[in-house]
Amino acid sequence: MSAPLLHPFSTPLSPPFSLSRRRCLQGLASVGIALHAPGVWAAKPARMISLSGALTEVVYLLSAQDQLVATDTTSLYPEAALRTPKVGYMRQLAAEGVLSLRPDVVIGTQEAGPAVVLDQIRQAGVRVALLPVTHDWGEVMAKVTMVGRETGREAQAAQLAQRLDGEWAGVQAQVAKAARKPRALFILSHGGAPQVAGRATAADALIRYAGGVNAIGQFQGYRALTAEAMASAAPDVIINSTQGIEALGGEAAFWTRPELALTPAFARKALVTLDASHLLGFGPRMPSAVKTVHERMQAFVA
Amino acid sequence: MSGSMSGVKPMARNGATGGWATAFARMRLPSGRLARGSTLALGGLLLVIAVLVGSASGAYGISAGRLLAMLWDPASGAADQLVFFNIRLPRLVMGVAAGAGLGVAGALLQGLFRNPLADPGLIGVSSGAALAAGVAIVMGDAWFPQWPHTLGSWPLIGMAFGGGLLVTLMVYGLGRVQGSTRIGVMLLAGIAVNAMAGAGLGFLSFISSDEQLRNLQLWLLGSLGASRWSAVVLVASAVAVALCVAMRLARPLNAIALGEAQAHLLGIRVERTKRMAVMVTALAVGAVTATTGVIGFIGLIAPHWVRMVAGPDHRVVLPGSALLGAALVVLADAAARTVVKPAELPLGVLTAFIGVPLFLLMLRQFRSKV
Repeated sequence: MSAPLLHPFSTPLSPPFSLSRRRCLQGLASVGIALHAPGVWAAKPARMISLSGALTEVVYLLSAQDQLVATDTTSLYPEAALRTPKVGYMRQLAAEGVLSLRPDVVIGTQEAGPAVVLDQIRQAGVRVALLPVTHDWGEVMAKVTMVGRETGREAQAAQLAQRLDGEWAGVQAQVAKAARKPRALFILSHGGAPQVAGRATAADALIRYAGGVNAIGQFQGYRALTAEAMASAAPDVIINSTQGIEALGGEAAFWTRPELALTPAFARKALVTLDASHLLGFGPRMPSAVKTVHERMQAFVA
Repeated sequence: MSGSMSGVKPMARNGATGGWATAFARMRLPSGRLARGSTLALGGLLLVIAVLVGSASGAYGISAGRLLAMLWDPASGAADQLVFFNIRLPRLVMGVAAGAGLGVAGALLQGLFRNPLADPGLIGVSSGAALAAGVAIVMGDAWFPQWPHTLGSWPLIGMAFGGGLLVTLMVYGLGRVQGSTRIGVMLLAGIAVNAMAGAGLGFLSFISSDEQLRNLQLWLLGSLGASRWSAVVLVASAVAVALCVAMRLARPLNAIALGEAQAHLLGIRVERTKRMAVMVTALAVGAVTATTGVIGFIGLIAPHWVRMVAGPDHRVVLPGSALLGAALVVLADAAARTVVKPAELPLGVLTAFIGVPLFLLMLRQFRSKV
């Protein structure tokens, strides 16, 4: 029941009412030991929890899934990730739940939280490594590097990064050759009223990378979609996730929505769909997502 | 138990034939109610059981023997000890403080309004706190980008507490007519202010980003997950002060139950009692809500259960509601932590799921007494 949770780098944090001298000395001693024996914890593979679908994908690509003791609910790919224990949604973590899996390291993006819970996890001696969310290709590269470092597979990670960068360069060259930049509208419809993506969203970055223009440029973030806004945005193509279209009752039902009749996209039924985690995950499948979206968009405006 | 049929007959007439209800009724003293001492002892026992259940349950498995051992020697520094003392114990104490604060506040307001439907939310504390917290969550980043990094969640807690107090003062001020507090006017003002805060929250959720919306929703569902010792000490002190003052209001509230004029004739300072009751509620509920988010139904349900068992004497209802409220929150949180482990359910969902059906069941069986 009480398997050791602390790896040697950790400084045990005592409850405020029992900060004894012995505890302080123990803490100092463990730091000292760690400094003198840097190879101690690298010898045993770290138990890892991933709080990001993209990071989970990279873990599987580096064949380090044996280290993965749990994931969050955004880790939906590959399918094996669905069978790992789930610590809940990355923004709504429970300290005890995470610690009960006795991880050595928790990896995620800075979207993870709440902050207090992350602090509690750190205080229990678990390393918490979080990446900034930048919605660009650099974010994907940073994810590969981070997982390589945390799993001790730097070499494989460097290879993967090189391969992905090559794919990315190819996709970007293909996008640059296209003559037309279609006006694209991203609709988010995972339950609740459908919303459209404005600036400073993952969807906006995806549209630009895929050689399109976001038809909604007036505001940041997601807003409810209205018929007049749709008409004035005049999108040539509409992008949605497969799950989003299902939530709206399938493709046929989607096109019966009255606000769509006023758009250029409606005439050609120009709809591009991809699996949600593929489309907006900003993970290793991003080159293929951008390529697919680009090609399908171009097919509609050719 | 010395049974009295006087407590059973009206229920039989109402068609309640449940075995446990009859057994429950037989437990009563000839007066039809449990005595003050036995009610409080029962409440205390329930709270002790709740705390034991709460300390032994959680996603992180710690055996009962290990728990005893670490209480005996709290300085060995093992991993499960860190989990217990840094995560589970502050949560438990926060649960006790939050439940006691919400329970006693509900009892105070139901006494003050002489209305069994009164709930701490009625005078605007919760909605004021929620609105201010919403402003902090949605606007905080834009107005003060350095906030989350330097001060953690303290600005949010401060805003929520201030918002709760401010709106309560507003409702109280609206209820003052020519130097006296009209309870009816206060109630209507409370309803209006709650509706306004609801609209404000609606607007905030409209302009918020995905992340902010998610944080706002989580806050509105309540959670003890963010209980740090520093926050626990703050809330527990506020609730302790509120409990002490509340107990001094028991006799005045008993007199007010007869009517304000009668209470005045009995020598009760009615205005002062009302003012104190409102202030104490704002203090307790404001402090609790500011740190845990909105935990619903405890303030409404706990006083009812105590009154059903022990009668309307505020000397029992006030401390009894605090004990029962504390036990309910601790039990609900234990469930929230374990039902979907290693993930966690929002606490507000569970207090409603656990509290309301039991409340309705008891209402059915005791309707003649309410």
